[in-house]
Amino acid sequence: MSNNEFKKTTDNEQIKSFDDEQEKVLPASAVEPSTEAGDLFIANEAEDRVSVASNWTLVWWRFRKNKLAVVSVVILLFLAVVVLVPDFFATGDPEKTEAQLAFIPPQHIRFSFQQGRLRTWVPSVTGARDPVTLRMVWQIDETQPIYIDFFGRGRPYRILGLIETNIHLISTVNSEDLYKLHLLGTDRLGRDQWSRLVYATRVSMTIGMASVIISIILGLILGGISGYYGGLADNVIQRLIELLQSLPVIPIWLALTAALPRTWSPEQVFFAITIILALRGWTTLAREVRGRFLSLREEDFIMAAELIGCSRARTIFVHMIPTFTSHIIATSTLAIPIIIVTETSLSFLGLGLRPPAISWGVMLQEAQNIQALALAPWLLIPGVLVIISVMVFNLAGDGMRDAADPYGH
Amino acid sequence: MEEVKANSVVQSPPLLLEVSKLKKYFPVYKGLMRKVINYVRAVDDVSFNVRHGETLGLVGESGCGKTTVSRCILRALPATDGEILFHADNGSTIDLIKLNRRQLQPLRPQMQMIFQDPYGSLNPRMTIFDIVGEPLYVHGMRKRAEREDKVADLLKLVGMRPEYMQRYPHAFSGGQRQRIGIARALALHPRLVVADEPVSALDVSVQAQVLNLLLELQEKLKLTYVFVAHDLSVVKHICDRVCVMYVGKIVEMASTADLFNYPLHPYTAALMKSVPIPDPLCRNEIQELPGEVASPVNPPKGCYFHPRCKFAVDVCRNSPPFLREIVPNHFVSCHLAEELQLEGI
Amino acid sequence: MDVKAKNVLEQRVYANADIFEGRMNAPLLKVEDLRAYFFMDEGIVRAVDGVSFDVQPGKVVGIVGESGCGKSVTMKAILRILEPSARIVSGKVFLRTRINSQNQQGDEELLDLTKLKPNSKRLRQIRGAEIALIPQEPMAAFSPVHTVGNQIIETIRLHQDVSKDKARQIAVEAFRAVGISMPEQRIDAYSWELSGGLRQRAIIAMALSCNPRLLIADEPTTAIDVTTQAQILNLLRNLQKERQTSIIFITHDLGVIAQMADEVVVMYLGMVMEKGEVNAIFKNPQHPYTQALLKSIPSIQSASRIKLPTIKGSIAHPFNRPKGCPFHPRCNRFMRGICDIDIPNFVNISETHVVGCFLHSKKTLLPTADK
Repeated sequence: MSNNEFKKTTDNEQIKSFDDEQEKVLPASAVEPSTEAGDLFIANEAEDRVSVASNWTLVWWRFRKNKLAVVSVVILLFLAVVVLVPDFFATGDPEKTEAQLAFIPPQHIRFSFQQGRLRTWVPSVTGARDPVTLRMVWQIDETQPIYIDFFGRGRPYRILGLIETNIHLISTVNSEDLYKLHLLGTDRLGRDQWSRLVYATRVSMTIGMASVIISIILGLILGGISGYYGGLADNVIQRLIELLQSLPVIPIWLALTAALPRTWSPEQVFFAITIILALRGWTTLAREVRGRFLSLREEDFIMAAELIGCSRARTIFVHMIPTFTSHIIATSTLAIPIIIVTETSLSFLGLGLRPPAISWGVMLQEAQNIQALALAPWLLIPGVLVIISVMVFNLAGDGMRDAADPYGH
Repeated sequence: MEEVKANSVVQSPPLLLEVSKLKKYFPVYKGLMRKVINYVRAVDDVSFNVRHGETLGLVGESGCGKTTVSRCILRALPATDGEILFHADNGSTIDLIKLNRRQLQPLRPQMQMIFQDPYGSLNPRMTIFDIVGEPLYVHGMRKRAEREDKVADLLKLVGMRPEYMQRYPHAFSGGQRQRIGIARALALHPRLVVADEPVSALDVSVQAQVLNLLLELQEKLKLTYVFVAHDLSVVKHICDRVCVMYVGKIVEMASTADLFNYPLHPYTAALMKSVPIPDPLCRNEIQELPGEVASPVNPPKGCYFHPRCKFAVDVCRNSPPFLREIVPNHFVSCHLAEELQLEGI
Repeated sequence: MDVKAKNVLEQRVYANADIFEGRMNAPLLKVEDLRAYFFMDEGIVRAVDGVSFDVQPGKVVGIVGESGCGKSVTMKAILRILEPSARIVSGKVFLRTRINSQNQQGDEELLDLTKLKPNSKRLRQIRGAEIALIPQEPMAAFSPVHTVGNQIIETIRLHQDVSKDKARQIAVEAFRAVGISMPEQRIDAYSWELSGGLRQRAIIAMALSCNPRLLIADEPTTAIDVTTQAQILNLLRNLQKERQTSIIFITHDLGVIAQMADEVVVMYLGMVMEKGEVNAIFKNPQHPYTQALLKSIPSIQSASRIKLPTIKGSIAHPFNRPKGCPFHPRCNRFMRGICDIDIPNFVNISETHVVGCFLHSKKTLLPTADK
């Protein structure tokens, strides 16, 4: 086309100027001719919601579809409540020993109608030492029921150390019967397993969470420095990671925990175990964080943030880290069960937490010999809880990872 | 010729940017100890000026260094050597290369960039309000209501509905995202806008919209553009002056009309002839240039272009040419510039 | 071939021969009302919705359109290499194919490619030997762990009954034919050792190594520099003239179309807007989309710094295709009540020039309207 022809068409054609724009507020799926920039590039009304949805909302919507993961999260929330308020769930005193009541099996809950009301009760158990074999024998006495009260009164305690109360989930109607209630039986010292289990849940899960949180902090900081600054810092940190990862895990853990002085209090041991377990866990996350930082540095929107004048801190915390927060949460959720199992194993071997601290591993220590297993198989119930917690963490973590990264980079 | 020179001095607007002998070399490492064995000469001694209100085009093929130059100007990449004199709005002239990060901060509002990739240049986790409003926030406008008003104005300026600011980037098409990127770049009223291939990633029918928008905004807001592109037709359409780059050097620099009508460098002429014309009646053999674009790691000796140039003689093979003014305001880097009779459009 | 398969083939052949009966120049490929949809969780994307065109032997058909127009999906549907979530819903793709690909002058048969199973033996015979593909990304098309020679030889031996040495000879010749210097050395290179232009030539060599009668080039020059593009376009033109290969050239670049194509098919959102000979399309476009598209591209020959005429709005989301003509929300000749209700039929402007627009249907309906 010659220049003249070209100019003519520009006069005739209707060129929309932005000043002349008639702004019409149209729904996104309208079919009428649109304004200069056009309508939203979305499919339908449903996707309209998507376009105002933040990333977390999108992740939640995707997560919701995974029924198994949702159920796992519900169970986790329940476990979290147990961790926060264990006294509410415990029935008795986890430390109270009663030699007379050793190795009592779990008491079965019975229901009966009395005086028009549904009542739950367990038969009481009396123990005595057989004079001939000198073994503990116990007898179930159904005539002496211990009536159970839900949300009844029991030992006083403080919720989160603040609010004083004495309401328990399961308690006895008669307060003298309280220490005769053994829903999960007793161990060789006559200690109530149910209460011990509740407190053990708190300890085991807390070690898992605390350890992973320390790992996250270490991994983020060191991986971030490595990826963002590069150069010498990157080199040093990466070599350190390689060193730590090349150390054999089990011997190191065994050695470190065995080296803990026997005189330390349970709290100190708890603290030390948490740190020891975290020392290895941060390396994987640091590597991933470094990788993310390295690739993000090349992204245009990061360069745009720097050109606008964002400080380094703002670039890192507002722009870079949020792009992989969901990934961090997903991988951490998957790391927690590993720590739990590790702590359980170490304590089971006598190298982690020790009595009087209570954890699943410590409780399982009681079930180490065949005699105990033959006589009192209910001592293995803490293992069931380990399985459940590991499973729900894994399912929830998988669900979270799939929801955050649907294409699985 | 004297008259022409005098006129051009009187009428030409003041300088905004003076780039002198800009160099950017990327080291090539090898081995465990990361020894430097070679350099990628991405930008190799580039000098040009940009005046207020004009659009300077940087055009070339892959590896020519145009994108690297654009990043160096804004200090998104640290330059290896050279001088970038920027005439700030308070009247002072500053060498950007000598500034550290902190000294650069107050100058950032005066120079901004529009990116090539509409999908990678917007943070997918932030709403449009956050994206366009962030420059305002970082430079002191902390009141949200104030920012909302300003963002609404900016969105209207680029032809988008202000109520869209609550949405996320994934709700928008490529062309729309590019407008959002333009709105962000203009938030702080910059004087210099570096546009790095802003329409290359867009559909044909949307390219025209965005190009029109850029022209309009330049008029309205008195902007100065440095426009990087590989598409000669786009460059011809929007630029006042053009620099043609090849393997890190400027081979020709002239006004658009002069460059396209009377090219003086064989590469420029070949480039123009290589562009397929959208007219089936003009179907001559598309003139092709032999060989491949030279590598910036191992450029040929002498003139970088000589292996592909049909006019090459001995002096071309042995000594590198430098940029000189053959005709007023028309610079060429070629030993044979005076003798060659090249065809333009 | 066993008896049952032969009968089936014969049925197909005889059933469809009538289309080609009496035609002087029967088309090599005939796409008839092809519809290919993507079935996704969010809904159905009608990526290709009623596309028809012919490819004559020895001619270049350019398919031009923007993103979302369905040009790549059409190509994949023809070759039956659609993604698992996509399916050909209806339509036919007739290919006049040699029964024995090695025999250039041998007998032909007519196949409906949509009726064959995607991984059937016959289709695998056709791919590479009858229809070859030049994909968009030359880097992605080669395996990084095999030499390019390896891959070309594999292609050759899949379709021709030759020894390894002979195959290597053929490969070296193919490299030479596409202008790769030092072909004997280059054959043993890996794809990442070659520059962009060389890689593209190698792909073309691979595509042509088995002498296909139809070449589908999917945006072959989009990812390379303009000077390399000039080389590749010239190469394709020369090879096409020499071997009389038909080419389907898919691109969004109108300049390339103008220089390469004999016929042009303009697509938008899965439908054909206009098709005809290249001169007719460029000089006498009838569809508002084609007209607007041609006006809106900056040309190296047009004046500078003037406002380009634009097509308002943006391309609709594929899930949200407008009712009626897909282009009507952006059309400056939009007629309410007509364009947003039905899909326009095709109207012949001339024997070869066809447009799908109500502006032309109206004329035929109302003879008193402006001629």
